Amino acid sequence: MTTAEITADEARDEPAWRALLRRIDFRQYGMIIALAVIVVLFGVTTDGVLLRPLNVTNLIMQNSYVLVLAIGMMLVIVNGHIDLSVGSVAAFVGAITGVMMVTWDWPWLATVAVALVVGALIGAWQGFWIAYVRIPSFIVTLAGMLLFRGLAQTVLKGQSLAPFPEAFRQLSSGYLPQVGKFSGLHMITVGLGVLASLAVIWIEISSRRRRAEYGLPPGSWVWSVVKLAALIAVINAFAFQLARYRGLPVVGILLIVLIIAYSFVMNSSVAGRRVYAVGGNEKAALLSGVKTKKVSFGVFVNMGVLAALAGLIFAGRLNAATPQAGVNFELDAIAAAFIGGASASGGVGKVIGAIVGALVMGVMNNGMSIIGMDVNLQQVVKGAVLLAAVAFDVYNKNKSK
Amino acid sequence: MGTTTLSTDLILQMRGITKEFPGVRALDGVTFHVRRGEIHALVGENGAGKSTLMKVLSGVYPHGDYEGEIVLNGQAAEFGSIRDSEHAGVVIIHQELALVPQLSIAENLFLGNEQSRAGLIDWHATTSRAVQVMRKVGLREEPGRLVAGLGVGKQQLIEIAKALTKDVKLLILDEPTAALNETDSANLLRLLRDLREHGVTSILISHKLNEVLAVADSITVLRDGRTVETLDVRGDAVDEDRIIKGMVGRDLENRYPPRENPKIGEVFFEVHDWNVYHPEIADRHLVRDAALNVRRGEIVGLAGLMGAGRTELAMSVFGRAYGARISGRIVKDGKELKLKTVADAIDAGLAYVTEDRKAYGLHLDEDIRRNVTLADLPRVSKRGVIDKLAETAVAERLREALRIKTPSVFQRTGHLSGGNQQKVVLGKWIFSEPDLLILDEPTRGIDVGAKYEIYLIIQRLAAEGKGILVISSELPELLGICDRIYAMSAGRITGQLPAAEATQEALMRLMTATANGGGRQA
Repeated sequence: MTTAEITADEARDEPAWRALLRRIDFRQYGMIIALAVIVVLFGVTTDGVLLRPLNVTNLIMQNSYVLVLAIGMMLVIVNGHIDLSVGSVAAFVGAITGVMMVTWDWPWLATVAVALVVGALIGAWQGFWIAYVRIPSFIVTLAGMLLFRGLAQTVLKGQSLAPFPEAFRQLSSGYLPQVGKFSGLHMITVGLGVLASLAVIWIEISSRRRRAEYGLPPGSWVWSVVKLAALIAVINAFAFQLARYRGLPVVGILLIVLIIAYSFVMNSSVAGRRVYAVGGNEKAALLSGVKTKKVSFGVFVNMGVLAALAGLIFAGRLNAATPQAGVNFELDAIAAAFIGGASASGGVGKVIGAIVGALVMGVMNNGMSIIGMDVNLQQVVKGAVLLAAVAFDVYNKNKSK
Repeated sequence: MGTTTLSTDLILQMRGITKEFPGVRALDGVTFHVRRGEIHALVGENGAGKSTLMKVLSGVYPHGDYEGEIVLNGQAAEFGSIRDSEHAGVVIIHQELALVPQLSIAENLFLGNEQSRAGLIDWHATTSRAVQVMRKVGLREEPGRLVAGLGVGKQQLIEIAKALTKDVKLLILDEPTAALNETDSANLLRLLRDLREHGVTSILISHKLNEVLAVADSITVLRDGRTVETLDVRGDAVDEDRIIKGMVGRDLENRYPPRENPKIGEVFFEVHDWNVYHPEIADRHLVRDAALNVRRGEIVGLAGLMGAGRTELAMSVFGRAYGARISGRIVKDGKELKLKTVADAIDAGLAYVTEDRKAYGLHLDEDIRRNVTLADLPRVSKRGVIDKLAETAVAERLREALRIKTPSVFQRTGHLSGGNQQKVVLGKWIFSEPDLLILDEPTRGIDVGAKYEIYLIIQRLAAEGKGILVISSELPELLGICDRIYAMSAGRITGQLPAAEATQEALMRLMTATANGGGRQA
């Protein structure tokens, strides 16, 4: 029986809404649905404050560095490892950035370039111990967490360095320029929303056409339309809210580029496929000719670069390099990856999942602050959500076995 | 039968033992009687049911998990766990030693049975009792020494000493000499005889028939989960040929597709002077001076009992995927190959289909499509980007060609049956377009119908001019599908036979041949 026949058969004896519900893969979309529920919940309990233009903009800016870390952390976890050092690495990179730009008065572009290279070297250092010496990543990065925190404090001598030049701060706090005023909207942002809508429609159509070329079943039209409609609605609502304030932040563009690039790498590139293969079954990957050590090494180099980037964004946003930057960032990034569907045993997880997971945490933080919940209780709620999300995932996995 | 030479007092009677696993009947009405004070050998091919029978006896499979009855010392035995059976004096020593390397000899001896007073370890009693049992097994070591630094032979003695601390009445040894060198093996056999003098009854599972004949009083032969016969070594005239006949004497039905005029070409793949050592235990020589060759279009078999070094040979050839201190030459199409990594081996046109498809062959969380392309992703990619539709089309083609029974190639491989999983692994290596395919136990754990399909696939690959090297523990399988068969024993290739001249008996003789002349060269 082909898939089409199965659907036709089952459609006969159940109402249309149930057929549609059954089509939704809860394991895949569960967290997106959870995010939607949380957004609606806090949207209501905060009397709509959560979704106001200023707050939506803040949400992106406040969570930008965790989102960057979550992307890299997802790769690390898919690869079957963990990285506890990213917060300290971000702090250390922030610290040397401060020294280079504030004390030595270096141009910002050169500083950023050096900072990213330092991040790569740190990643290579940790990747070497993990991939080639085969020390568990938990231990190597725990050591890194202490080591780079200490180095950050040493470099800064316990003091903060400030302020950064204006151009550098654009990275974390700037907005796209405004062109022409039209009923108070930021037109470039609205335009980008429309462009993105056209892009997703084009992607869907061309993928259907290519499936047909290869003689594969293209899947139901209805589902394509429902999916596209939901996606376009979300994209444009988001763009519209941003446009009502000051438009898309610069860091928002950076995030979009990173999300698209990393999703592409993980979904469609040979390199990404090998990251999954090593995390899912390292021995089988090795026997299939995958250079497993190189893959793990590369994943940690990448994490180092992204941790450096997060350190730069955070320093820019704070407008200071401080030795206490990035405390607990690693925990937020790890939580985001697991809430977003990563498997602790490796081999499973998507970049978009890490983003959704980070947004779940971000929206909850923000929403709970707005309604004035006790800060201590907020921690309890976040812990409970993390556990519940992973329990839900494990439950689903067992059910499908 | 010359039963008069020994007492007829039975310490153990197992009657009508049947044990089923999903889809397989591992034991089918087995009867097994052991007399008090004897050494009773249990022999049979891999998969004949020896280990399963001993697991039933020792409570690994609890009472109720199997059919049939066990009478031990005149009482019905219904063990719910290993603890129960140990309590009754049955101790099993597994092939994989169960010692904790970070603990001392004395601590290991009393592990789970600590000499203690009021919950505190009585170190004096521990040490003095340890010295006592160590003397009994002839182990001259400090009781406080860590097990980690000891050789396998001494570790084996510790296991036996540990059994003695538990007041053992029936000692079961599963392949005790498989990992030992000749001196250690001889010592161990001597110890077994000593223990017999002191009234300990032993059951010895072994593939080494010369050793079995040297120490055993009786031999029970199992085949395909049934008892074939019990031989009395003292009374009857028993030799290796007699045992081998019992082990392999099964009829060959139409379980193998006919091999019709195969087109066999020139030798294109050769291995010379191949030596491999264990990756952790430096002095364990796993493959010794092995040499073999494969012709184009030829299906070559590699026979051997467990531990003979077949997988180690294959994996070390496959880009040094296993082993240490590997030396020797690989020649393909007249050119010597330097294969340092698996990727090198794949590039050189080699493929290795592992014997353990779940642990080493598949990504069970991923779908068929992503599994079959892994060994050669560049073939479905452009500039590092995978063309997923081309990939899906490739997977679809393989699914049809190999008749993998599944609704789509997006099915997770963890959900497939063993036969279909094996086809996915084969598909992966067919996709990599190798010249030489090494198939390690290609039909292990899959049903008869799927086996036949795998044989057809193997023949088709050979007909395309590829060389095939099949490792199998099932001799009829090798005889049924191969053109030529090598036999390995204790790391050496002990001979080769054209399939037309080979018999199970002749192969078994080569497979049980030992360096000190237990078997004979054919």
